Amino acid sequence: MKVRAQIGMVLNLDKCIGCHTCSITCKNVWTSREGVEYAWFNNVETKPGIGFPKEWENQEKWHGGWTKNASGELELKIGGKRRVLANIFANPDLPEIDDYYEPFDFDYQYLHNAPDSKHQPVARPRSLISGQRMEKIEWGPNWEEILGTEFEKRKKDQNFNDVVQKDIYGQFEKTFMMYLPRLCEHCLNPACVAACPSGAVYKREEDGIVLIDQDKCRGWRMCVSACPYKKIYYNWKTGKSEKCTFCFPRIEAGQPTVCSETCVGRIRYLGVLLYDADKIAAAASVANEQDLYQAQLDIFLDPHDPKVIAAARAEGITDNWITAAQNSPVYMMAMDWKVALPLHPEYRTLPMVWYVPPLSPIQSAVQAGHVGVNGEIPDLKSLRIPLKYLANLLTAGDEKPVVRALERMIAMRAFKRAQQVDGVEDLAVLKQVGLSAHQVEEMYRYMALANYEDRFVIPTSHRAYAENAYDLKSSCGFSFGNGCGDGNNGVNLFGAKAKGVRQVIPVELKD
Amino acid sequence: MSYFDYLAFGIYPYIAIAVMFLGSWVRYDREQYTWKTSSSQLLEKKQLRRGSIPFHIGILAILGGHAVGLLTPHQVWDFLGISASFKQMIAMGVGGFFGLICLYGLLILLKRRMTNPRVRASSNPMDIAILWLLLAQLLLGLSSIFVSAGHMDGSEMLKLMAWAQNTVTLDISEAVAAMDGVHWIFKAHIVLGMTLFVVFPFSRLVHMLSVPLQYIGRPHQIVRQRFGR
Repeated sequence: MKVRAQIGMVLNLDKCIGCHTCSITCKNVWTSREGVEYAWFNNVETKPGIGFPKEWENQEKWHGGWTKNASGELELKIGGKRRVLANIFANPDLPEIDDYYEPFDFDYQYLHNAPDSKHQPVARPRSLISGQRMEKIEWGPNWEEILGTEFEKRKKDQNFNDVVQKDIYGQFEKTFMMYLPRLCEHCLNPACVAACPSGAVYKREEDGIVLIDQDKCRGWRMCVSACPYKKIYYNWKTGKSEKCTFCFPRIEAGQPTVCSETCVGRIRYLGVLLYDADKIAAAASVANEQDLYQAQLDIFLDPHDPKVIAAARAEGITDNWITAAQNSPVYMMAMDWKVALPLHPEYRTLPMVWYVPPLSPIQSAVQAGHVGVNGEIPDLKSLRIPLKYLANLLTAGDEKPVVRALERMIAMRAFKRAQQVDGVEDLAVLKQVGLSAHQVEEMYRYMALANYEDRFVIPTSHRAYAENAYDLKSSCGFSFGNGCGDGNNGVNLFGAKAKGVRQVIPVELKD
Repeated sequence: MSYFDYLAFGIYPYIAIAVMFLGSWVRYDREQYTWKTSSSQLLEKKQLRRGSIPFHIGILAILGGHAVGLLTPHQVWDFLGISASFKQMIAMGVGGFFGLICLYGLLILLKRRMTNPRVRASSNPMDIAILWLLLAQLLLGLSSIFVSAGHMDGSEMLKLMAWAQNTVTLDISEAVAAMDGVHWIFKAHIVLGMTLFVVFPFSRLVHMLSVPLQYIGRPHQIVRQRFGR
């Protein structure tokens, strides 16, 4: 047993209101730079839809994630190592900028200096790459917002596979939608790391965050193809790939990521998971795709088990991390209550950003008494979002874990409603879903009240022990790549100051 | 031996190699963030695939051919029983074949870089200059085939081999002497080639030093420590 710790995330889709605050705050902090205008480390998609970039879930098209080869071994879907190198002159599986969208800005100045005219002046879009006029904006990170675009296009959504009569969901009366905020999954078995020819992408041992070493990256672009979630973006300006950093400078300081901190719906949870690194390869290569969810649960370790604690200490995991693991909301939701599920486990990357499936309105037929109700819990087949759709999204098509999660959430509501409105303890409904009264009270505390301290249980890293603060004095802080260099290729041989360098005016003391 | 010959074939090669070696070293050491392939595939994919693959296959074969053909001492060829005229024929045939493949790809890439608005706008001047330099060098190399066809005995090739090998062994006077009477196309090809050495560290060409062969041997997953314990 090799115990490692990771900061995981859970998103409670039942509470996501699709406000995009996470995307915007993330963009402002991380990607408001030339070359990554089109990159959204976090974006919110409306499902069903083909998403951003277009059809990212269609791995027959993009070849992301892992697959099992003829001899039963785990292999990247873009091909084995030799094939990756053979494709190095031109990557056949790379999305083009139009699969994301051409970044643009508007000619705002025209609103100020437009001449007198019969019609109101309009700020028209202009490409941020070529600078040319754009007649039409074709796509974006939330193009299908609230069922935008016609169903004929949205129904290419891979999660519709095996959903019976999927065409009826194009009808107004039958339509359904949900939000899916997406970011890097910081996988246990990351395909991007495995695909990087330069060895620039790596997973951090301390907290499991997957990062790209900007100095080592040579821009071979294989990570972009290998990531099945398409959450690595190639910066066309710097020629290096970039990805969600899980806001590691904040995590190290014990603060939640920007997307989590600013989430107005309080849907995001951050917490420590202990896992057995020795079991990763076996878990990722189980034969049946539907067993991947359970296989991943099986490599998570119980932080209360004395043997696990001893093994964790032996690996150098500090006590504040073990305490955090014991109070981890992510562990509770994924392991205790099993309401959180991984996103597309069939990609075999063992993702670490999990999702609580959304409840949806019960169709009118139920209220009219036509559909079976099992005690307090309605037949989940009458939920507006087809179970198969959620199962395709979260459990490789296995409906049972989705049913369990949804029933437990309904049971929690029924129990609390009975308790607070009728003043009775409805233990029958809990028994039906296999929860104890204590568990439900905890679920209520974490998922309904969702206080800040409960949602974010992040231990600080022990930087002070590892680094000599004296050596860091006067060194440069956070930078991309070359220390304090600006990474600009425009070398000035004559030593003149680069344009844009702010000259600090020296302070003069005057009596 | 004119002063120009001495400068171009005696001194310039050493300047070029020194600039390439030291420049690459400094860039790798100080500015590794700029060490990259500078791919523009994200902005345009179809033409890149059509151009990049033949260009790279062609130029790698040509580079390898030049290294082996110029730097292998003629005694080795004698030992192997390969006559100079036969070797010249091989060089003309194989070099011409890969040269044409490379030219095909290069022309596609050049057209793409000059005319695709996205690629053009995101190119820096060196990206464009390096393609024109490579085109000029490739055309000189290909046209030298017609010069060689005029004398199939391999004598001109032996002179060029002597120049390259004497340059490597630091025998400047022998190297310059070997270039005596060589056709101007070869001379121009050499000077431009040395110029490519000079611009190498200041251009995207540095990515050829980062061929990721170590990828074959490394394990799939990489785990690094943020703070050493």
